[in-house]
Amino acid sequence: MKVISHRISAFALIVALLCTAAAAEEGAVEGGKELLRISTTTSLYDTLLLDEMEDIFEEMYNVDVRTVSGGTGIAIERAVKGDADLILVHDVERERKFIEDGYGLSRTCFAYNYFIIVGPEDDPAGITGLNASDAMRAIMLHGMENPGEVKFVSRGDDSGTHAREKLLWDRAGLDYAEIATSGNWYVEAGQGMGPTLMMADEMEGYTLCDTSTFAAFRRDLDLVPLIESDEFLINVYAAVPVSPAVYPDTNCEMARNFINFLVSAEGQDLIAEYGKETIGKPLFNPARGNCDLIGCSGDECLVPLAEDVCSRASA
Amino acid sequence: MSPLDEIAAGLAKAVELILALDPVVVEITARSLAIAITSTAIAAAIAVPIGGLIHFHNFFGKRAVINLIQTLYSLPTVTVGLVVFLLLSRSGPFGSLGLLFTPAGMVVGQTVLITPIMIGLTIAALSGVGPAVRDTALSLGASRYQAILTIMGEAKAAMMAAVLLGFGRALSEVGVAMMIGGNIRGHTRVLTTAIALETSRGEIELSMALGIILVSISLLVNLLVNRVQGNWWA
Repeated sequence: MKVISHRISAFALIVALLCTAAAAEEGAVEGGKELLRISTTTSLYDTLLLDEMEDIFEEMYNVDVRTVSGGTGIAIERAVKGDADLILVHDVERERKFIEDGYGLSRTCFAYNYFIIVGPEDDPAGITGLNASDAMRAIMLHGMENPGEVKFVSRGDDSGTHAREKLLWDRAGLDYAEIATSGNWYVEAGQGMGPTLMMADEMEGYTLCDTSTFAAFRRDLDLVPLIESDEFLINVYAAVPVSPAVYPDTNCEMARNFINFLVSAEGQDLIAEYGKETIGKPLFNPARGNCDLIGCSGDECLVPLAEDVCSRASA
Repeated sequence: MSPLDEIAAGLAKAVELILALDPVVVEITARSLAIAITSTAIAAAIAVPIGGLIHFHNFFGKRAVINLIQTLYSLPTVTVGLVVFLLLSRSGPFGSLGLLFTPAGMVVGQTVLITPIMIGLTIAALSGVGPAVRDTALSLGASRYQAILTIMGEAKAAMMAAVLLGFGRALSEVGVAMMIGGNIRGHTRVLTTAIALETSRGEIELSMALGIILVSISLLVNLLVNRVQGNWWA
């Protein structure tokens, strides 16, 4: 009896595996649809903005868009390995390096938001009203003095947000390497924005966050934005297609279509509207009309990619 | 670098980090071991008596209880992580203990995770001892208590294996470690969460190296399991 039941369960397992395999196979062809692989950062992904844009784009071009998300580090690394056709990230230094190294074709700014410093409502480090640099310095000073009361939770994961945090320490005249090892007040989470916010909330600490992710998580948090308006806190999202010169089988044409959709009037409208219904205010600002503010020069800001950009690159 | 090259590079890097006794790697490895060993000890102290109680008593619904325990073998680590997170959170019932994002909190989560496996395998280990042992013991005039001790003695190797399997799961899980520990550098970062982080950083070589260290520990544990079961090279 036991032997029989074992055979039955083994058989059921095999059938289940075969079905899964068949389903996976089906997914790969799916009526011969073209595939666009986007590698993106968590803030665009977690806020579900991309989901909405993808649905519309998939209709327009009869394409299957597959998006994976992670910190800017892994998002770019995936493209370097040839596992993506297009990256949507927010770290201009690494975007430029990606292009200089020959992996990326061009950089197109399409949206922006702001970084904010969030913290507990009672603001034990007293940063309200300071500029970003002074605020960072105040958090450090109070943290070192009283690590039980004042903490700063860092992404610590080489993401775009983490890169900006390092810049902020730098601009405050402090050495990041020293900060990171200066005591219990500085907490390196080594996780995405969502978990980092939750951790800062639990510890009643401060952290750097982008406005969009904060808005999406706000309902579950006691943290409040303390530093909001500093032009140094502008956070620009850019799209970079993978160069067909490095990976000839990359879907450069579809990546170009997607970028041109992002910068089109329709795409910019979608970005401007997104979040108004659910959150009450837009989560992202379109780049339209703000190229100077966000520091994107003429050919990087909102200019659709030329029709022959892919063929020229692969030639 | 192709993926195969990265595995090779990871291997080389792992050897390099181990030989050089890289302080960060040593610290993370030691923390992983300390947390997993503590969880295993606590879980064993809970699981072995409970497993024994269930095995040596006949009661209504015994089969159902065993089925339930076996179902809990495959308890998803993230579910345990989530539930324990909510319990230990500042606003949760045990928030005042301040265990969230501490190694002690991770021990709580991992103990919850591996106790069912250890209970189940303890029962299986005891069931593996033939009725003849008990009958013989009783016929030789042993008390019920002495008979139980005899059976437990016979099942020692299998129970040890149960404990080591629990340890393996505690050491290799990432859900609880990430959600309860929070992967804080120098405080709650362990091998599995460090691997997740380095991968998300795009530091594939270092991830591979840490992974190889983890696998090596698992291999040692496995050899140990085989050793206590008496078949060293089998």
